Amino acid sequence: MVKGRFESLKGKGVEILSIVSALIIWQLIAVYVVQNKFFLPSFTDVSLAFYSVVSRQMDFPVDILSFTRQIQMPVLIVDLLYSLMHFFIGMIGAFLIGMPMGMLMGWFRSVERVFDPLIEVVRPIPPLAWIPFAIIWIGLNPFGAGFLIFIGALFPIIINTFTGFKNIPRIYVEAAKVLGCNKDRELIRHVALPSALPSIAAGIRIAMGVGWMCLVAAEMFGVSKNGLGYKIWHHYYLHNMDFVLVYMLVLGFLGLLIDRLLRLYVEGRLLKWRTGMVI
Amino acid sequence: MAYRNGDLMGRVSVRGVSRRFVKNGVSHTLALENIDLEIEDKEFVCFIGPSGCGKTTLLRIISGLDTPDGGDVFVSNEKITSPGPKRGMVFQEYSLFPWKTVMNNVIFGPLMRGVKKEKAMEEAEKYLDLVELTQFKDSYPHELSGGMKQRVAIARALANEPEVLLMDEPFGSLDAQTRNSLQCELLKIWQKKHLTILFVTHSVDEAVFLADRIVMLTARPGRIKEITVVDIPRPRNRTSMEFNQLRNHLLKILAEEQENK
Repeated sequence: MVKGRFESLKGKGVEILSIVSALIIWQLIAVYVVQNKFFLPSFTDVSLAFYSVVSRQMDFPVDILSFTRQIQMPVLIVDLLYSLMHFFIGMIGAFLIGMPMGMLMGWFRSVERVFDPLIEVVRPIPPLAWIPFAIIWIGLNPFGAGFLIFIGALFPIIINTFTGFKNIPRIYVEAAKVLGCNKDRELIRHVALPSALPSIAAGIRIAMGVGWMCLVAAEMFGVSKNGLGYKIWHHYYLHNMDFVLVYMLVLGFLGLLIDRLLRLYVEGRLLKWRTGMVI
Repeated sequence: MAYRNGDLMGRVSVRGVSRRFVKNGVSHTLALENIDLEIEDKEFVCFIGPSGCGKTTLLRIISGLDTPDGGDVFVSNEKITSPGPKRGMVFQEYSLFPWKTVMNNVIFGPLMRGVKKEKAMEEAEKYLDLVELTQFKDSYPHELSGGMKQRVAIARALANEPEVLLMDEPFGSLDAQTRNSLQCELLKIWQKKHLTILFVTHSVDEAVFLADRIVMLTARPGRIKEITVVDIPRPRNRTSMEFNQLRNHLLKILAEEQENK
């Protein structure tokens, strides 16, 4: 057991060495070569900034029904909560609209013929190009930010659900029909949906990645005074590049974490019937 | 079973069935031409013929998955217009739902008919017992061998208590040993259950071993070439003289048909 653990750590030696040397080189370059905290904050600058956003408390208004209270929370956590709120508004919206749409398009040829050309025209528009309309239609509120993430996440979900439905092996549909499952609604629920699930899960994963990338831009145009993306611009205006880097790194790590969690959930819960699946 | 009415149940009548395949609206292939066939209740009928002769198409038409261009099919005196649970089907490809466990595959049909889950699972145990796979009820299909998958597929079809069981080369992709043992198992099940079986195969040996009657189809377009009654008593010995005489006879007309193609 102990030997095993040692072996596995030893197996990761190159990876650990790679990260540690990158940090040392970064520190040395920042301190001795660049010598300018504005151009390149050092590793220690960033660590101190990180400590500051974690230790500094701020008020976070909790307002659930009649329960209203100010709770003290670290700044970073408040930013995180705001960003996750923006993110999930967009993701849930994209999920609720994209999934049924992809399903109907994949199952009914007529629906595909109606919506496919429209989607093909709208899809290539970069999500960030929607910012002006996000502001005019929805305004400077969390839903405005959510709208941009929605646009980014919608198409991967539609396309992958659609593809999953198009590629359902015919044999499963026929087997279900012969067993007495004959209505479209039942066939979709009992055959098409589970069969297309790997593709749908892959679509959600791609959508989350795209949505996460839209987050910084979505918080740029002043939808709130908090949020990981918003703080990048806030600290840039204050010339606190060490704080900018802290928020960049947090965005990166959080994106990685969300992706890993989703993968764990999908592989563990939804797709145990598939072995050696890679999404 | 209240809805079954006497001697009509499990009877399959194929009357003047033709099927034409249209490709791009131009080229036509006549797959079946004017098939007339009466199959009695509890009869075991095998279909053989050169490849591409429309055996599978005929079975699909009887199941309701395909519709004939001419003629009608009646099962238990009811005209077939769409697939239904009274006609079970076992496919050549593995058709178990890979996202469901063995048990959930077997209870799928009963659940669709509105049977309560506990009741369906109780019943399913019987069918899994019949195919000797009770211990695998919580496995997923990918954990089973090919022969086991087809046994589950048989149990799944039987769980709907069909009057007719349609089998489309169900053992075609199995190795010879598994195939032989599944043939014996199928005969046992057929003798235990009140069941008409229509069985498509490309193996003359399999047909002679299993069938009461063997229907030989011609090369495209598929017509009935010959109907052979197999009156060798069961259990049949694959190496006996009468078995091989019949086999040789069938192989000979099959070879003729293959050449005419």
